[in-house]
Amino acid sequence: MDLHFGDSRPTDEERAAVDTLLGPPVSAWDAGPGSDGSGRSEKDLRWARGGHAARERRDLLLPGLHAVNDRVGWISEGALAYLCRRLMVPPAEAYGVATFYSMFSLRPRPTTVVHACTDLACAARGADRVCAGLEAAGVSFERSPCLGLCERAPAALVVRAGESPVTAVVAPAAAGAVAEAARAPADAGPEPVAADAVPQAGQDGLVLLRRVGAVDPYSLDDYRAHGGYTALRRAFALGPAAVIREVTESGLVGRGGAAFPTGRKWQATASQPDGPHYLVCNADESEPGTFKDRVVMEGDPYAVVEAMTVAGYAVGAHRGYLYLRGEYPRALGLLENALTQARARGLLGDDVLGQGYAFDIEIRRGAGAYICGEETALFNSIEGYRGEPRSKPPFPVEKGLFGKPTAANNVETLVNVLPVLTRGAEAFAAAETKLFCVSGSVSRPGVYELPFGATLGDLLELAGKPERMRAVLLGGAAGGFVRPDEMDIPLTFEGTRAAGTTLGSGVVLVLDDRVELPRILLRIAEFFRDESCGQCVPCRVGTVRQEEALRRIADRTGAAAVDDIALLREVGRAMRDASICGLGQTAWNAVESAIDRLGAYA
Amino acid sequence: MTAVPLGLPRRLVEFTLDGETVRAPEGSTILDACRAEGKDVPTLCQGDTLTPKNACRVCVVEVEGARTLAPACSRRAEPGMSVRTDSERTRHSRKVVLELLASSVDMSTTPGVAGWIEEYGAEPGRFGPDAARVEEDPKVDNELYVRDYGKCILCYKCVDACGEQWQNTFAIAVAGRGFDARISTEHAAPLTDSACVYCGNCIEVCPTGALSFKSEFDMRAAGTWDESAQTETTTVCAYCGVGCNVTLHVQDNDIVKVTSPHDNPVTHGNLCIKGRFGFAHVQNRD
Repeated sequence: MDLHFGDSRPTDEERAAVDTLLGPPVSAWDAGPGSDGSGRSEKDLRWARGGHAARERRDLLLPGLHAVNDRVGWISEGALAYLCRRLMVPPAEAYGVATFYSMFSLRPRPTTVVHACTDLACAARGADRVCAGLEAAGVSFERSPCLGLCERAPAALVVRAGESPVTAVVAPAAAGAVAEAARAPADAGPEPVAADAVPQAGQDGLVLLRRVGAVDPYSLDDYRAHGGYTALRRAFALGPAAVIREVTESGLVGRGGAAFPTGRKWQATASQPDGPHYLVCNADESEPGTFKDRVVMEGDPYAVVEAMTVAGYAVGAHRGYLYLRGEYPRALGLLENALTQARARGLLGDDVLGQGYAFDIEIRRGAGAYICGEETALFNSIEGYRGEPRSKPPFPVEKGLFGKPTAANNVETLVNVLPVLTRGAEAFAAAETKLFCVSGSVSRPGVYELPFGATLGDLLELAGKPERMRAVLLGGAAGGFVRPDEMDIPLTFEGTRAAGTTLGSGVVLVLDDRVELPRILLRIAEFFRDESCGQCVPCRVGTVRQEEALRRIADRTGAAAVDDIALLREVGRAMRDASICGLGQTAWNAVESAIDRLGAYA
Repeated sequence: MTAVPLGLPRRLVEFTLDGETVRAPEGSTILDACRAEGKDVPTLCQGDTLTPKNACRVCVVEVEGARTLAPACSRRAEPGMSVRTDSERTRHSRKVVLELLASSVDMSTTPGVAGWIEEYGAEPGRFGPDAARVEEDPKVDNELYVRDYGKCILCYKCVDACGEQWQNTFAIAVAGRGFDARISTEHAAPLTDSACVYCGNCIEVCPTGALSFKSEFDMRAAGTWDESAQTETTTVCAYCGVGCNVTLHVQDNDIVKVTSPHDNPVTHGNLCIKGRFGFAHVQNRD
């Protein structure tokens, strides 16, 4: 590799940010003393650094970009060049990676950045007013896709870079409060506890949300006092093969949206002869309207750690990665604390629970890219490449993270494994539950846990549906709309499929009749246009053409919209058929369902 | 005498292609099998010297039982699979993909595309005059070649040729995201400030003419570029002892472009700066 780094130098602050992550450079070959033109030392000349050993650290590129962005607020040419020298990454590639993520800036910007959510749930609850207020007050802000705070919409996230970066969440947001938080983020009040997002908190019959609100999310002892780590003990008693059998028999399927049988995925990973095996927890919860994983991670973080350990044990992995979306600062803090505590107590590390099994977990932060929730894009992101999906086959169970067999599971899927083990497969299957993220025009928005088989009507009864409901969006931007007269749709994967819609990640966004449907559809189209990675043509250009057509017919109906609707159908069909990944394949779902089920533009 | 490596004999995979049973060597792609059967499948991001990125999606085919269409260039033939290359579904996706491409970039110098647009009945104009296009001025920052990203379909071939598949120089990568994604050096710096070594192997693989010799670019601008008036002469590069084949494209007794045969076992179509661009002395008539 013939690397060329240019002449840009980092500032002391940028250098310190990178060195804090990577340690100081060891020789002139990786930007140490002498590399600035003063000459390599005798020792440097006898001992070249580079090759595979240096390039194997490529996966630290994204953490390195975060380190600089957290410290300075943006990534300068000098900082990028220094990071590239340290990791032996070609600068053009690092630039391609840095420009992929919306939370990074390659141009100077103020140290304080305000992300005002303008996505579906927030748009339905007055995000426009917040943005207008901020503009009037002269506060600079970025319009952000869903921040996962839908139960408290409209939401804003303030990030201030510095030696110890400060974040503040303002939700529900008013322009004045956001402006105040932007001025002094450290003084913003504490966020409400995670249990406030769970209207059912403390009720009997909860399985996955049982501990949310009941335990201190910081305390490992409290977690154990509430039944924590019994599942892992049971797993060790059973052995990996029996754990997989138990999970298979429980009938558990993936909760990220694809509903693939978890036991089969684990079995396929565990049986691969190639090694090492990896476990990945997909906590890149970016589907607009989804916030269940955030609530679980904030309310019961040790459960995620324990469940990952069980999963790692079952699939024969000794290393787990938790890929957390960058917009979840509180979940990050709680999970980091949980990992530290678990390590200190021998629940992670070389000898978990004295059973001779080594397992540890590393958290990797996303940086603002919906597509990284796609598992192969997530692998690329961890590995330090652009978060572009790979084509399948080969599937992750065969060639996943770092090209090795990988089991990738969503947070909710993993925490389901705990009751599978503590209760047994049969008892679990008899009372299997699902989390739903209810937001929009309801009186009690939040995460709800209901047994499979409950209907949409049951759920909205709990959440307090509006008197004059226009539609419900199931499954988020990639999902579909249903009508107010379809309340008897059973909330199961099969039931929603039979009704011609999807459960997806469990989003239930309720819209009352004041909502301007064309505005919502346009927002969905903008979202997909923004979040398309750009790799394949149907999605890269198709999402643009979809948005253009929806903009043209925003105020039109009937015959005036017919041509554009025909165009939308043709483009939508090609996106669904020919895109590489689920983003492009589902980018037309919601619009199609609004036209066909709700009679939009009719 | 040239030694031709034959490799180990491969087993044959039997599957159904458009209703007919065909056999293809194990490991072949559906595209390989289609071409062996004489079926024309359009391709843009696939190249004979590179592993395809399967990003353009113009070669999609219908595999029975699959939820979505599959890229023929990358999907391997499997025993018993049933593939349709000419179904209504395939034709629809190909048509729309061609429309999306031709409405967003300048495809006037893409060989073959005009024929496919006609064959599939694509109407790139139907997205209206306000449809977003990639508006980029050609980047002329050196004497050797020009990057005209208004013609780029983001097939990733130049990035792969510059990077790990051939040259290992890594001067360019894809930057940005979605419709704003572009092939770029770091911070969009001029090539002269980048790691580029001017091997021109990116030009060799570019399917649209977004990358071209400066000589070709200037002649096109002047309206004098005429491929029908060009001769191609393959000879051996005289610079060093490697023995690369070079094909000299000559118009009006001037070398206007240099390529290398893709099936040449020495170059696989690649050259270095000397073989690719070091021809000026041949034309020094003083």
